Amino acid sequence: MDHLDKLEQQSIYILREAFNKIERLAMLWSVGKDSQTILWLARKAFFGHVPFPCVFMETSYDMPELIVLRDQLAKEWNLNLIVARNDEALAQGMNHKLGRVTCCSALLKENLKKIVDKHNFGGLIVGVRRDEDPTRAKERYFSPRDKNMEWNVEDQPPELWDQFNTDMAGGTHLRVHPLLHWTEMNIWEYAEREKVPNVHLYFAKNGIRFRSLGCVPCTFSIESQADNYEKIKEELRNTKKSERSVRAQDQESEDAFEKLRRDGYM
Amino acid sequence: MSTTTLPPEQLKIVIVGHVDHGKSTLVGRLFYDTGSLPDGKLEKIKASCEKRGMPFEWAFMMDGLQSERDQNITIDTAQIWFHTKKRQYCIIDAPGHKEFLKNMVTGAANAQAALLLIDAHEGVQEQSRRHGFLLSLLGVRQVAVLVNKMDLVKYSDKTFKSIEDEYRAFLAPLGITPRLFIPIAAREGENVANRSKNMPWYNGPTVLEALDQFEVAKPDANLPLRFGVQDVYRFDHRRILGGRVEAGTIKVGDKILFSPRNKISTVKSIERWNAPQHDSASAGESIGITLTEQIYVERGQLGSHEHEPPIETDVFSAKLFWLGRQNLEVGRKVKLKLTSEEVECHIQSIDKLIDSSTLAEIDPKTRPHIARNEVAEITVRTKSPIAFDNYDRIVPTGRFVLVDGRQVCGGGVISKGEYPDRRDVLSGVKSQNIFWSEGKVTRNSRERRNRHKGAIVWLTGLSGAGKSTIATDLERELFAMGLHTYILDGDNIRHGLSANLGFAPEDRQENIRRVGEVAKLMMDAGVLVVTAFISPYRDDRRLARSLVNENDFIEVYVNAPLEVCEQRDTKGLYKKARAGEIKNFTGVNAPYEPPEKPDVVVHTDKQSIAESVAHIIDFLKIEHIDLDAAH
Repeated sequence: MDHLDKLEQQSIYILREAFNKIERLAMLWSVGKDSQTILWLARKAFFGHVPFPCVFMETSYDMPELIVLRDQLAKEWNLNLIVARNDEALAQGMNHKLGRVTCCSALLKENLKKIVDKHNFGGLIVGVRRDEDPTRAKERYFSPRDKNMEWNVEDQPPELWDQFNTDMAGGTHLRVHPLLHWTEMNIWEYAEREKVPNVHLYFAKNGIRFRSLGCVPCTFSIESQADNYEKIKEELRNTKKSERSVRAQDQESEDAFEKLRRDGYM
Repeated sequence: MSTTTLPPEQLKIVIVGHVDHGKSTLVGRLFYDTGSLPDGKLEKIKASCEKRGMPFEWAFMMDGLQSERDQNITIDTAQIWFHTKKRQYCIIDAPGHKEFLKNMVTGAANAQAALLLIDAHEGVQEQSRRHGFLLSLLGVRQVAVLVNKMDLVKYSDKTFKSIEDEYRAFLAPLGITPRLFIPIAAREGENVANRSKNMPWYNGPTVLEALDQFEVAKPDANLPLRFGVQDVYRFDHRRILGGRVEAGTIKVGDKILFSPRNKISTVKSIERWNAPQHDSASAGESIGITLTEQIYVERGQLGSHEHEPPIETDVFSAKLFWLGRQNLEVGRKVKLKLTSEEVECHIQSIDKLIDSSTLAEIDPKTRPHIARNEVAEITVRTKSPIAFDNYDRIVPTGRFVLVDGRQVCGGGVISKGEYPDRRDVLSGVKSQNIFWSEGKVTRNSRERRNRHKGAIVWLTGLSGAGKSTIATDLERELFAMGLHTYILDGDNIRHGLSANLGFAPEDRQENIRRVGEVAKLMMDAGVLVVTAFISPYRDDRRLARSLVNENDFIEVYVNAPLEVCEQRDTKGLYKKARAGEIKNFTGVNAPYEPPEKPDVVVHTDKQSIAESVAHIIDFLKIEHIDLDAAH
């Protein structure tokens, strides 16, 4: 087994544990490169099937290319797609000009809480990786969230030897992170090997590309000539910029992202 | 570091040691020295430090959480990556505070090698010892000890040597021999990536060189096979056992013994999705298998080759570290998890209780519990037998965790030792008399001896819907699971007990009454009875149900549309009925009243027989059969 096999096999193990242990399991599907990887791994784990709903958080500021790929794959792969949207907040005119973190809170975090409550999800599969950000570096594979979706990061249960904390109290849900041990580089190595479908925004056109995708107003492109896998990998080898530096909401204060995450953000 | 090809090999290392001995600082320095810091990170750290009015602090790089920056300690384990020319490293930074020991364990349990830091100025401290001890329990054998802050002791080789001697003496009884001791000053980067000019007396490797000397552990494909069943999938026509090869190699055609249920079958295929076809799989692979003979296998069974089975017992000895807030008392029930096996257990005795910091023994007679952060040698008794191996022989099947309440609260490794093979006892034939009760033998006492309840599984549906086929397969599966079971169907009832009855409504009613009464007697005898009759009238089925308790009667609607049944017409009866040769034929010239609220429905036009049977068994498992699960 090479290093990609090892990463893949571990993620499959985690997905199968989640599916076996968690009632009303769902995955958050942003159609970004990480959740595309998870979807692919789920099909590996379950022999071509995706046996849980895929929840897409629509903000109305979404990148149109993601919506196109979403609808195409939902059909092709026979996915149970759930589109969640905080219409209430949107009706009141929520947008990033009211504050990027405020906007994220309303359209993603609050929206997520609503959809979790509505479907009473016992667990959510989320594509976060440890290398993205220091707060995500502290995550567990199976991470409990309380009734208010808050993450008690100071007192996380131990997790060892692939024995996960899967017993939950009522009203709580588990976040499952099958990609925790992957890096941005691994995602691209794997996408290339497996031909995981991804939107073209990641590949350079006219001297720019996107490294990480969020809402249109809060995601910056980077200058890049990387228009194929090889060049993207080469770019990552030489970059000293962090992946989330292109996400505007993280830059609002020193701990902007941490606060979002403690309150239940992905 | 800009290399053109990234070395694919990855090694996970954990950095441990007492609080403030410089773990996070070392990580910051390793990143800086290998050119792995992202742009702007240095400036961010500087700004954070200035805001708090303190000198530059490398530790801020790893300590991502606000409360950690404010208190300047690491709370949870974090992981980041950097690489040397040789390979990529995943660094796990584990907290040194005693309160956060569970996080240190979480970090270290995932590591293949460890760097243990000791402050030259403070010397060996409580957590230096405890972490060293835990590393050995967690099976981390590759350890380098870094004596840090050498600048504070004026780079004295004497101080270095005395710390080395003291710590070696502590580790020796644990069987740990650290690979090497390195004197460093992490903040200044001395002997981290670059050799220190201030310690000319040291000729050994730098930290980076030491890292490159560690080896990447490989899962062993040559050990005896251990395949842990995680789940059984029936997404399509296949019945796939999903699981991971924990050790050894599994091949198509291998005869596999599933413990502790002790069922044997042969591997028909190895299933993967979008991967090259191989008819074997080795340690570390998450695969699926199908079997040639369908036997009852579920999550928690451990597959092996017949000649190299795991140990199977309900009593064993282990070394345990306890992280729970609540003490673990002798006799208290907790859950044990080992690979995908789960079983209730309790500590039968504490044989040795150790303060993991001083290694001093506490007399378990005076203290019949294990307190938080203590280590003990214990005897464990499980409620039912489990399959495992000695930790020294096969690591993944030789270690377990204990779940108290809802949280993993401790981990253990199973000690060397031989355990009695209980396979004979378990076959059920030589059942011990523990379920014997005085006086009248009741249904309850029969059921306790059988280890399952009696019940009536009543199949109803049109002729040709598949009732008899399902009943036959269901009986075979239940029998293979070790259950007492029997079929009542047309073959053994109509030709004997009901030979004097025809097919007119009143005859049908009487027939069903007789079947109901016989089923009731057999159920009372502890048998899981399966009946396969068209039983077209609701009232008749209601009558049969009324003979027994509501929960003892499971109505299964074997549902296939009339057109499908007629098309199948396996016995040619529909043809005859249509030709008017048979009177009162259900569906053609007599009514069928479908159940209004069946307990189980199977659609034989959409589901295979195997799927239908599995569906019924799933229901029985949840609702009925297993006495162990029910109590």
